[in-house]
Amino acid sequence: MTTFRFLSISYCVLGFLIQSPALATEPTVIGSKKFTESYVLGEIAKRTLTEAGISADHRQGMGGTIILWQALRSGQIDVYPEYTGTIVQEILKRSNPMPTDQVADELRKIGIGTTKPLGFNNTYALVMRRNRASALGIRTISDLQKHPELKLGFTHEFLDRQDGWSPMAVAYRLNSQNVAGIDHALGYDALRNGQIDVKDAYSTDAKIADYNLVVLEDDQKFFPRYDAVFLNRLSLNDKAVAVLRGLEGRIDEATMTRLNAEAERTKDYARAASLFFDSSGTSTPSFGESFAHKLSRWTSRHLELAGFSLLLSIIVGVPLGIWASRGGPIGHVILGFASVVQTIPSLALLALLVPLPFFGISVRTAITALFLYGLLPIVRNTATGLQDIPRGLRESAIALGISSRARLWQIYLPMASRSILAGIKTSAVINIGTATLAALIGAGGLGEPILSGLNLNDHATILQGAIPAATLALLVQWFFDFLDRVLIPKGLRL
Amino acid sequence: MSALVQLTGVSKTFGDAAAVHSIDLSVERGKTTVLIGPSGCGKSTLLRLIIGLLQPDEGKIEFDGTSLSAGNIDIIRRRVGYVIQEGGLFPHLTARGNILLMPRHLGSDENEMLSRLAELCALTRFPANLLGRYPLELSGGQRQRVSLMRALMLSPELLLLDEPLGALDPLGRVALQKDLKEIFERLKQTALLVTHDLAEAAYLGNQIVLMNQGRIVQKGSIVDLREQPASTFVSDFINAQRGLMLT
Repeated sequence: MTTFRFLSISYCVLGFLIQSPALATEPTVIGSKKFTESYVLGEIAKRTLTEAGISADHRQGMGGTIILWQALRSGQIDVYPEYTGTIVQEILKRSNPMPTDQVADELRKIGIGTTKPLGFNNTYALVMRRNRASALGIRTISDLQKHPELKLGFTHEFLDRQDGWSPMAVAYRLNSQNVAGIDHALGYDALRNGQIDVKDAYSTDAKIADYNLVVLEDDQKFFPRYDAVFLNRLSLNDKAVAVLRGLEGRIDEATMTRLNAEAERTKDYARAASLFFDSSGTSTPSFGESFAHKLSRWTSRHLELAGFSLLLSIIVGVPLGIWASRGGPIGHVILGFASVVQTIPSLALLALLVPLPFFGISVRTAITALFLYGLLPIVRNTATGLQDIPRGLRESAIALGISSRARLWQIYLPMASRSILAGIKTSAVINIGTATLAALIGAGGLGEPILSGLNLNDHATILQGAIPAATLALLVQWFFDFLDRVLIPKGLRL
Repeated sequence: MSALVQLTGVSKTFGDAAAVHSIDLSVERGKTTVLIGPSGCGKSTLLRLIIGLLQPDEGKIEFDGTSLSAGNIDIIRRRVGYVIQEGGLFPHLTARGNILLMPRHLGSDENEMLSRLAELCALTRFPANLLGRYPLELSGGQRQRVSLMRALMLSPELLLLDEPLGALDPLGRVALQKDLKEIFERLKQTALLVTHDLAEAAYLGNQIVLMNQGRIVQKGSIVDLREQPASTFVSDFINAQRGLMLT
């Protein structure tokens, strides 16, 4: 009876925690990469489509090229902004430049459409502090040959790309020893503070002017053109495609640089995008969401992710724990599996799930990863809680002649309830923390402001996510302390 | 009248339980049989074999003429009460919850249960106002009385007691010894009790079974054991306890 009460209350509580995701009519889903310009282009596409009467959703900063491309191929997004150089080198894997028409034909063969260039070339560039470059007499990338001692800080993507650091070092015969990987936005600060001397940049980055940096001339013409285009699934409706085509040739380099600067100044991508639509040149604050509304959206999504995954962990973990408590090879396999899952870094687990069919860039993937993470504490605590029941009590229960089912539900589980609840609490707190990573694969939650804050290198935005996430973890902790008092039989708390 | 429990040629050897070898034993109806012997002689193992917590390697155990088997063990367990040294009360249930666990599971009538409970409180001299307490809120003696009530609730044909007084202080021990004797006589209860205390065995037992190293050394009354010891072990065991009482 007590057990039943325990379970029914916990399920009610979980039910309360989890709000069912709202069902929406299918809007056009726009994705963007994890850097300012991509966010702004995503917002421009969203507003352009919306103004044409097509409902659109923008999933900001989903990741790098591969993640966006996979998401587009698998239909998780319909549109995203890409660059011709990246398409040729990274997606089509060609080492030589291709004419635009041929690129479009190649893409069409694999079910993807493309607009013509939007009007600006955002090429890769290497940048340095202006005074440092002039002091060393460095003007071109070739000039770097004479200074192997310089510290180079590149984004991880640039380090790996076919048009990135390694082939560039070969082409320019550079032999630098000090090369490190660093986040794009953080890299600008490192450059300004002198922690690094050279970094990769996009030629339309607003920070180049802001921080008084100089672009080193690509004297060997190593970097291909990076004309911005929108890629779309061929299944996207004709009207939406026509609307996106309307943006061809309309954004020049000066405009894009200004929009990027505005985005970084105001921390508001929609507002920066509005500059493009408003010819007067003043941006209108995005009429979108108030902070309170955003916070509640992030928080409820966060609870949804953590709550659903926790519920799954309980439903699966408790029976597995019961099974594992009986020992033997199966018990070892169960505990071993749960432990191994726990040792996979959470980021790696997400990345491993993304390419699998059924998962991809989705809430589903985030919940699955969190569920797997939450499993171990529950399985282990259930198993040890049951195993720790003294032999005398175990035998007294058997000697009663009560059915094994009733023995489990009325005697063993209530006696192990404290340990089981402690395991659930551990999982819940872990899940609240780990759920911030869900934003990396576009699943939302409080990781969203943290991610975009990292991207903008803006501490206030990071705190908008970090403070509520920490508060939530504390609240969950208190909530479980309260549950301990309500659910755990009094006789065990003496 | 045949014995309620009959063990024939029972052997059990394994890991952590004290082994027993070729045991023949009858537990007579309406009598108290006491198993006594030094630690590790296998007396508790015999009790655990009878309640089916262990299965014999060899030999046969019959309860009321029926051989114990996996198919009938739970039915037989409900006809047997089992009390262990620490009481074996479930800490998450109150005294009342512990006592009524089994009848509730079997769907007994609530009023009948409550009147039976009142009867048992009187029988075991347990204050009814403590029934709402949890095991950890009771003294050792009170816990053993609750454990006894739980064992007696379904009016078992056999009561198995594994050193039920072993963890009590001397005063509590004497009080419960007296009460146990009175209860057994009043109910004409068939009981099989394990102890290592000769005085307790002499006081409670109609038949005393002395064991050593997994074998029965001698069966009989305390007078038989004292006056016609079957071996030097028997006289040594009796003298050791007597010596202790004199010092």
